[in-house]
Amino acid sequence: MSSYHAPTKEYRLLLETVAPIAELAKLPHFSEATTDTVYAILEESAKFAHEVLDPLNATGDRSGARFDAAQHAVTTPEGFRAAYEAYREMGGAALPVPTEFGGLGMPRTVVTLTDEMMHSANLSFGLMPLLTQGAIEALLLAGSDELKATYVAKMASGEWGGTMNLTEPQAGSDLALVKARAEPQPDGSYRIFGTKIFITFGEHDFTENIVHLVLARLPDAPEGVKGISLFVVPKFLVQPDGSLGARNDVQCVSIEHKLGIHASPTCVMQYGDAGGAVGFVVGEVNRGLEYMFVMMNLARFGVGLQGVALAERAYQHAVAYARERVQSRDVGAPKNPSVPIIRHPDVRRMLLRMRAQTEAARALAMATACALDLAQAHPDAEVRRAQQAFAELMIPIHKGWATEMAQDVTYQGVQVHGGMGFIEETGAAQYYRDARITTIYEGTTAIQANDLIGRKMAREGGVTANALIGTMRAFVTELAPSTHPHLIVAARRLREGIDAAERAVAFNLAHFNQDIRACFAGSVPMVKLFGIVCGGWQLARVGLAAERRLAAGDPDREFLEAKLATLRFYVDTMLPEAIAAADVVVNGAEGTMALAESAF
Amino acid sequence: MKILVPVKRVVDYNVKVRVKPDQSGVDIANVKMSMNPFCEIAVEEAVRLKEKGLASEIVAVSAGVAQCQETLRNAMAIGADRGILIESDAELQPLAVAKLLKAVVEREQPRLVILGKQAIDDDANQTGQMLAALLGWGQATFASKVELTADTVTVTREVDGGLETVALKLPAIVTTDLRLNEPRYATLPNIMKAKKKPLDTVKPADLGVDVTPRLTTLKVEEPPKRQGGVKVPDVATLIEKLKNEAKVI
Ligand SMILES: Cc1cc2nc3c(=O)[nH]c(=O)nc-3n(C[C@H](O)[C@H](O)[C@H](O)COP(=O)(O)OP(=O)(O)OC[C@H]3O[C@@H](n4cnc5c(N)ncnc54)[C@H](O)[C@@H]3O)c2cc1C
Repeated sequence: MSSYHAPTKEYRLLLETVAPIAELAKLPHFSEATTDTVYAILEESAKFAHEVLDPLNATGDRSGARFDAAQHAVTTPEGFRAAYEAYREMGGAALPVPTEFGGLGMPRTVVTLTDEMMHSANLSFGLMPLLTQGAIEALLLAGSDELKATYVAKMASGEWGGTMNLTEPQAGSDLALVKARAEPQPDGSYRIFGTKIFITFGEHDFTENIVHLVLARLPDAPEGVKGISLFVVPKFLVQPDGSLGARNDVQCVSIEHKLGIHASPTCVMQYGDAGGAVGFVVGEVNRGLEYMFVMMNLARFGVGLQGVALAERAYQHAVAYARERVQSRDVGAPKNPSVPIIRHPDVRRMLLRMRAQTEAARALAMATACALDLAQAHPDAEVRRAQQAFAELMIPIHKGWATEMAQDVTYQGVQVHGGMGFIEETGAAQYYRDARITTIYEGTTAIQANDLIGRKMAREGGVTANALIGTMRAFVTELAPSTHPHLIVAARRLREGIDAAERAVAFNLAHFNQDIRACFAGSVPMVKLFGIVCGGWQLARVGLAAERRLAAGDPDREFLEAKLATLRFYVDTMLPEAIAAADVVVNGAEGTMALAESAF
Repeated sequence: MKILVPVKRVVDYNVKVRVKPDQSGVDIANVKMSMNPFCEIAVEEAVRLKEKGLASEIVAVSAGVAQCQETLRNAMAIGADRGILIESDAELQPLAVAKLLKAVVEREQPRLVILGKQAIDDDANQTGQMLAALLGWGQATFASKVELTADTVTVTREVDGGLETVALKLPAIVTTDLRLNEPRYATLPNIMKAKKKPLDTVKPADLGVDVTPRLTTLKVEEPPKRQGGVKVPDVATLIEKLKNEAKVI
């Protein structure tokens, strides 16, 4: 079994190209994020992921989280609690939190990499900090000063965990159907009643308190999305002096038996069986979903990153096996004895397909993270607006595409192992199983796709999408003078991909009002199209930088040449899939809707 | 009490090094470098002594290229109070490093110097001993336990066949073995704070030390490839093979 080594050299290259950390550190907001500090943080996090989180991944998968029905208690697998304690001591939870709330105020660009390492090494573990970050985000966005003061610092220090309670049996993708009730009390608090399902880390043994963020309706709330409010419901009520008081009326009543992420408890949470759980409204009533969607941007970004993380892990694992496993002769030298399978062209294709997609999706994630940071901290309002628009367009693309690509990559990872891939002992199967959830939670791929073609494209007349197409075209012009054969091919292939994206956007804009079903029939292919093209664009940005460094005599030739070779493989083999996806967007609707519902 | 902790920047223990084609050494261009693990143990031990109130200041010192600053920052993130870089692009052999450290010791006047017992690159296991000899101080090498008082240090040493306990008068030199402690992870806030701690740079010439190598490397080779093992049917065959083939008994 291979062990996980964070690709920190790759991270540094991205921080010097598509997500320039030195530029971010010039903004007063991120003045602490100097290159040397950031690199030191990455190295220490890499060590932690390798030494602490990775060794627990397979054992956690085998034993899983356990539920004690009598105590309503969840025990995480052996070693997880201690690992969390070490994570907390290290200050991991504080990294993205603004300094005024006890955090370290690091940009998303940096947190993206530390999160990737955590998810690569142990996805189940990583979910708890990820959801806590989400809960902090929601409180910072809309919580009163009192709520922030009571909860945020304790969560930033890692002493308390956080959860997101949206889903109910009848309300998954469609949160308008949420039924949990919130009854106002004379003291301004609320009593919460109802059942939430699929709540990640809804109960666990990592922390002494758990801060649940819960969507519920007031008795007089309007129907649908405009009648949902957001509440804080702590597992233990917090006394005025900050110490823990009475146990609140919220219980975990069972945990799910799942395909993957076995060490992450997925809980059914029961609110209010003994008179009502005490809750406090976050922001204004009836605006809960609106807040949730702002916060969801980050959560979706984080899940997209899980796709990248698992893809990286599966790739490392497959390469290690392919170097070791000896089987069959080299087609080019059939007289010689059998060779390590990495020498077979098809194994090469699989490994490169894994690597190229992973690197492209990571580069796209980093470009998006950098845009989120600029949108927050740049002094120029116009830059902030443009970066925010770019990031919002990218998030459903990144979430949708990176998680779908992780299905392919972890699938190839199993395939590289042959029969051993199907045997749990090898470890490849776990990545494949764990990856499967990422296209589902925080909005299925279809929900990302709907967001992309609806809110992010058609509703604004394609302004941001067309601006993006313009930016990519300008970049291709920048590639044009290059004489490197891989960059010449990349420029041509990218141009074809961008043309395809433009056709697809034009189709969407032309049909959204007249024939909306035709647009939605091609929404997921649209995500794929944009994912591959934008990923290729970012990969080519890295490739161009690599070529310039090589030309300038950078001695790290092997590493830099690999960037160009990977780019070449990507544009030759992935971009055709984007062009095919564009064809489906434009021409696939009729066929998709042709069969009558009754005929299924 | 002031403690001095020399730290060395070496090829990371996860890296598989390659011998240079001209056999002049191993290729360390573009490979990951980190603090020598035995030095990490030394820093950790010093920090623990400080946390127990037995030390007042920890000074980390590193000799080598400018990038050794990263190693010093790392030591400061674990808990050293300040750093001294003896900057040099030259090849620094153990004797030269010991002389440089002696000069720093004379300037800084620590009561205790804790070093790693060896560095995982050249595995020389010499610097601490040479430094003790140059200073005329007592030395306790391969420490697996360190107990400090105001004027003595009692050290349990890992020696062939067991443990040996020695007591030394201060000032003294201690070199660390693997089991002395398990170094902590630097916390992220401390990594950020380390950047603000003082780091001075001096040159060997400022210390009046001639670092010219005294040893010449003739060639560096890959270790011989391990031969595949054989299964023997019984003990008699094993003994026969050990006697006649391996010639070890
Ligand atoms: C392991 C796990 C952990 C989870 N953690 C949490 C958590 O911490 N907190 C929380 O609140 N929830 C959590 N969830 C719930 C998760 O977010 C939902 O399962 C998810 O949003 C999908 O909802 P659903 O299961 O009801 O599926 P459905 O909404 O019923 O979807 C079924 C299918 O219909 C499709 N579909 C639905 N609506 C549309 C549409 N408008 N257009 C096109 N296709 C559509 C979907 O894409 C999907 O293919 C978790 C779920 C799991 C399995």
